[in-house]
This record gives sequence, structure tokens and C-alpha cells, in this order.
Amino acid sequence: MAATQQTVDAVREVETYKHGWETDIESDMAPKGLSEDIVRFISAKKEEPEWMLEWRLKAYRYWLTLADQEPDWAKLNYPKIDYQDSYYYAAPKLGDGPKSLDEVDPKLRETYDKLGIPLLEQEMLAGVAVDAVFDSVSVATTYKKKLSELGVIFCPMSEAIKEHPELVQKYLGSVVPYSDNFFATLNCAVFTDGSFVYIPKGLRCPMELSTYFRINEKNTGQFERTLIIAEEGSYVSYLEGCTAPQRDENQLHAAVVELVILDDAEIKYSTVQNWYPGDEDGKGGIYNFVTKRAACRGKNSKVMWTQVETGSAVTWKYPSCILQGDNSSGEFYSVAITNNRQQADTGTKMIHLGKNTRSKIIAKGISAGKSNSTYRGLVRMQPKADGSRNFTQCDSLLIGDQCGAHTVPYIESRNPTAQTEHEATTSKISDEQMFYCQQRGLNAEEAVSLIVNGFCKEVLQTLPMEFAVEAQKLVGISLEGSVG
Amino acid sequence: MPLIEIKNLHVSVQGKEILKGIDLNMNGGEVHAIMGPNGTGKSTLSYVLAGREGYEITEGSVLFDGVDLLKMEADERARAGLFLAFQYPMEIPGVATATFLKTALNAKRRAQGQDEIDAMEFLNLIKAKTAELEIPYEMIKRPLNVGFSGGEKKRAEVLQMSLLEPRVAILDETDSGLDIDALKVVSRGVNSLRSEARAFLIITHYQRLLTYIVPDFVHVLVGGRIVESGDKSLAELLEAEGYARFEENEAA
Repeated sequence: MAATQQTVDAVREVETYKHGWETDIESDMAPKGLSEDIVRFISAKKEEPEWMLEWRLKAYRYWLTLADQEPDWAKLNYPKIDYQDSYYYAAPKLGDGPKSLDEVDPKLRETYDKLGIPLLEQEMLAGVAVDAVFDSVSVATTYKKKLSELGVIFCPMSEAIKEHPELVQKYLGSVVPYSDNFFATLNCAVFTDGSFVYIPKGLRCPMELSTYFRINEKNTGQFERTLIIAEEGSYVSYLEGCTAPQRDENQLHAAVVELVILDDAEIKYSTVQNWYPGDEDGKGGIYNFVTKRAACRGKNSKVMWTQVETGSAVTWKYPSCILQGDNSSGEFYSVAITNNRQQADTGTKMIHLGKNTRSKIIAKGISAGKSNSTYRGLVRMQPKADGSRNFTQCDSLLIGDQCGAHTVPYIESRNPTAQTEHEATTSKISDEQMFYCQQRGLNAEEAVSLIVNGFCKEVLQTLPMEFAVEAQKLVGISLEGSVG
Repeated sequence: MPLIEIKNLHVSVQGKEILKGIDLNMNGGEVHAIMGPNGTGKSTLSYVLAGREGYEITEGSVLFDGVDLLKMEADERARAGLFLAFQYPMEIPGVATATFLKTALNAKRRAQGQDEIDAMEFLNLIKAKTAELEIPYEMIKRPLNVGFSGGEKKRAEVLQMSLLEPRVAILDETDSGLDIDALKVVSRGVNSLRSEARAFLIITHYQRLLTYIVPDFVHVLVGGRIVESGDKSLAELLEAEGYARFEENEAA
């Protein structure tokens, strides 16, 4: 505690000195805007060691040099973001949420019901102030205990920084360096929390991580940082996100996820993203700029990304694989649904470095309303990637005649023995298909939901069972109102 | 009251009149066959009854159990018990036949205020029905109609009909593309569904199907009108003589 106090004092000194104002370290919120002081404030709030603060500051200073390098190549259209007009730190507020579910927006509750989310979870999601002690907390604790007995480390990133500095220092930023891109650099400077997972050598993690913990996650906020390390011969399946619509006061989200996979290890990473997409005109929706990357460092390393993207007003996201180890493989399965005014520019990068590396991309884009969906992917075969192979399949489905679907594949081959295959289709739900379903008693929305779920099946079936069931329902709900 | 009562039905497609005054009553327990040459409006009649868009009803009415059928949406008609076995059933990629069947069955059950069917109950039901129709059980795991042979598609249609237990079933050229064995199986399936509470409208080119599904009434549709009605012997007559004499009348 003494050390913490010292840090606090140091921060206070610096802040007072530099700008003549003082941020109360006890306060739950940092003032608007981004500065070195804010970075120091966050680090102090998190009681971080010096090296962590230094890393953040390095990132922040670098970010300043990128001021005019915010990526603009994506097919996305949004007003220029004023980074000085955002809050970068706010502790989760307690007590000022709704008192009970009766106070929650009935529309939101309706969606929860459709998704079949249990009441208790509904309360957590809607931010109802519930008593600290309830059954699922103890369930979660039991699982955590079991995991730690197996040598698995699964904890908030902020805790890992303090408890496992050697691992964090070794791997944090090793896949997505602080200088990677505008949004990732911003994340390095101001991330608030996230998950840290370490799977020891040879262990097949016996449970899907995060399923049981989902409702206990604190508000990790807009700048999430996740790091997963799979040691030699280990396996883990990690679930991120939630099918329930999530609201957040912060419009700007920029997360970073790094996966490190060593010899013969495998990570399966599944995401369901359903952030608030804004109203029918796209107002108020979340901007989601995410950098996700997996490094297959060893021989036979394997990674599988599955994502179901239905939320956010703007999605900028390319979960990628660096296939460095010989015989390593990367798979990317994606469903991106856009409706109303939503925009998604998403895809993947498969960088083949090692020999006999394999990659597979299955991307399904569904556009409805006045939305736009773009698949953007890069497959690169480096000179040493002898005998490597890629298969890419991109399918777009259009609903209505005011939406857009775009496919932008980049293929770079620098090795004559490597093979790449690319298939792309664009289709519409036909009137005949709709009539056929309706003739069997399905209403228009049920028909669209069924047809779209069929279209996405290859991707949805890669999700863990219980997630898949929820995701199927979500697909239907996301497209509500898209047909006459 | 007839189950289906069609009165002076006139239908146009893009300004061209296809049906020019159809009158037809069907009661529970009856099987009606509509025969006629190509392009006389047989399929139009089935689509109009099922509620497909793109048809303009310029005159006339259709009552389904006393209710104005033409005011209902296609899916409402289906849930109320009207079934169309398609001449060309649509493919639904990625959707297992079993999933499709269950979704359709549950839509109907919900409309009737029943609970959704229990998974075990559904499994037993589907096993019994597939066995009855000599449908390999494996087939219902495949995406609906995707890669199905002509015979498999028609069997799948009859399977759906059998499961949904409609009050009025329209079979549009169900015999097209069927070999004799498949034709027998499909006919057996249809015959097993014949009941006092149910009416069938069978649209066909050929008499062949009607030797297996024996109709109570046969109507000849030529030039958008029913030009002659009779019993099953009319079908046999048509088989022997063709439609020429009706078409001459039409031309005159």
C-alpha cells in the first residue's frame, strides 16, 4: 500500500505541476480528454508497476505522432472523432443503475427474453444493482479454484500485471506491438482492463473459458486488452462477448486481443459482438475499432477465430493469424450482419511464414436495410512458406435493394509452391424462397431468420454449442424489420 | 358449407388475364383433379389460392371454410390449413430438412395455441412419417431440397404435407419427373391422408397419377376456364382423346 500511496503522490505532483489542475485519485472519473496525465492517472488507478506506466507512455507519445494517420482505407463513413472529447477512465458505477428489472427499457427486456437469458443474467446485463452475494458468484469461484489447481491463470489483465509480471512483460505487445496501428497504439496507452489467460504446457483446458464468468465480468470498458498464452501442447477455447445487446455510454471502443500459441498448442477464440448499433438512422451507435491477432509461433500451432458480428454502428476488425511455425494453421470463420445504417468492414489477414502452413477463411456477410458490409482480407505467402495453402470463401447475402456488400481480397504470393484459392458469391434471398417458407406457415421474419441461419451455418457450427444456439436466435433478431 | 368455395375468379398477371371466371366448390373428403394443357392457368390457380404475390385478382371471391381467403397473407393461409405441394420445391441451403419441418410444425402449433413440439415427440413423429413414405431417415438431415433428386423432392413435399395435416392440400404437378416407383410411393402417401375432414386439389397433365389417386371429380381447365367437369372417367377420356376438342372451342 505504501508503494501505491507513493505512486498516487507522484501522480498528484506531476499533474499539479504540469497543468495546474489536480485529479483526485479517489474520484471515479478522469476528466475529458487525453494527455500524459490521463495515462499516468489510469496507471496509478490500476496500481501498476513502473514498467507498465513506461510502456503506456511510450505508446501515448508514439500515438501523438500518428495524429493524422487514423486509418481511412476502410469502406466506412463516420464523422471525425475528437479524441479530446472523450472520457478515458471511469470506474464502474454502482448504485445508480435501475433498481429492478421493472425499470429497464421494455424493448431491451423483450430481446433478453427472446434470447432466453435467465432473469439473474438479465439483471446483470441491464446494470441492475443486485446484492453482491448470489449463487453464480460462488459457482464462478468454484471453477476458478479448479482452474488454478490445474495451473491455469485466468484473471483480469490488471491483476496479471501485478501478479504475473514476468509473463505479461514477456508477451504483452509481442503480437500487436505498441506501434502497430493508430487504434492499437491508443489502446496501449489507455486500456483499462481485460482478460489474461495462461494455459500451462500439455494441458487441455477442461472448460470453455468465460462462459461461466460472463455475468461476473466488470465493466471492462471501451479499451479492452486481452492476452492469451497457450504453452506447448495445450488447448483452450475462449468465449468473448455476449449475445445480449450491450449498451455503453462510450461511443468509441478500441480493443486489442493478442494470442500466443506455442508448439502443438491450439486456441479457439469465439466472439459474439452485439454492441448497440444505434437507432434506425444509425445515431448513437458504438464505433468498434478492434485489433486481434494470433501468433502461431511453434510447429503445428493452431488457431481458430470465429466471430459473429451483429452490433455496433461501425465495425473495423480483422482478426489475423501469423503462421510462423512450420505446419501451423489458422482458420477464420465470420458472420457479419448489418441492418439499418450499420457499417462493417471486417475480415482477416493470414500471413504464411513457415513451411506447410494452412489457412482457411469462411466469411459470410449479410446486409439489410441501408447498411454496408465489406469483407477485406489479406493472404500473404512469404518466400519461406513452401507448400503452404489457403482457401478463402466469401459469401454475401443481400436483403432488400438499398444495402451494399463488398469483397476486397488481397492475395500476395512470394512463393511459387504455395497455393491460394478464392471463391466469392453474392446472392439475394429470392421471392420464391420466401414464398416457399411462408407457404409452410413461417411469417416473413421467421423465413428470413431461417434462410440466413442456413446461409451462416458453416460458421455458426464452429461455435461452442450453447453459444451457437444463442447466436442463431441473435441472427433472427438482428434482422427484424428488414423485410416488409 | 364447402371447405373451398371459388366464385367467378378472374386473375391477371401484368395486365394479361389468365383465369377468366373459375367456379369450384370443394368439400371435406373430396379429391378434385384439374387437368388441362400447358399454359391454361393451372399453376396460376394454385399460386393464387396459396397467396403468392404478383397476381391481380380482378373479380370474384374465394372462401376457405367461410372466411375470405384472398384477404389472408400466404403464411396465415398456411397456418389455417392450406398446403401447396410445389411443382418445383425451393432449395434452402444450410437448413436441415428436419429443422425446416420442425419450424413449420411449430409455426402451425403456435397459431393454434399449442406449445412447441417436444424434441423427442418430434423425433418419433418424423421417424414414423419417413418410414411410411419410404424416405431414408438420412435424407431429413440434409439441407432441404439441396441436391435432392426429382423423386426425393416430391417425397419431401408429401412428407411436409403429412406432418402439417392440412385441411386443403393442393398438389401442383406432383407427378412430374417421377418414375413409376416414386409415383406409387407418393400416391400411397397422399391416399393415406385422405379423410372426411380434408379436401385435395390435384393439378396434373396426365391421367397416370389419377390411376393411383382416384379423384371424385375431374375438371378440365382450358383457356382460363373450367370447360367441363365429370367423374374419373373424364380423365380416362382425356387420356385417350387429348385436349384438342376443347382447344378448338376456345379458339372459336
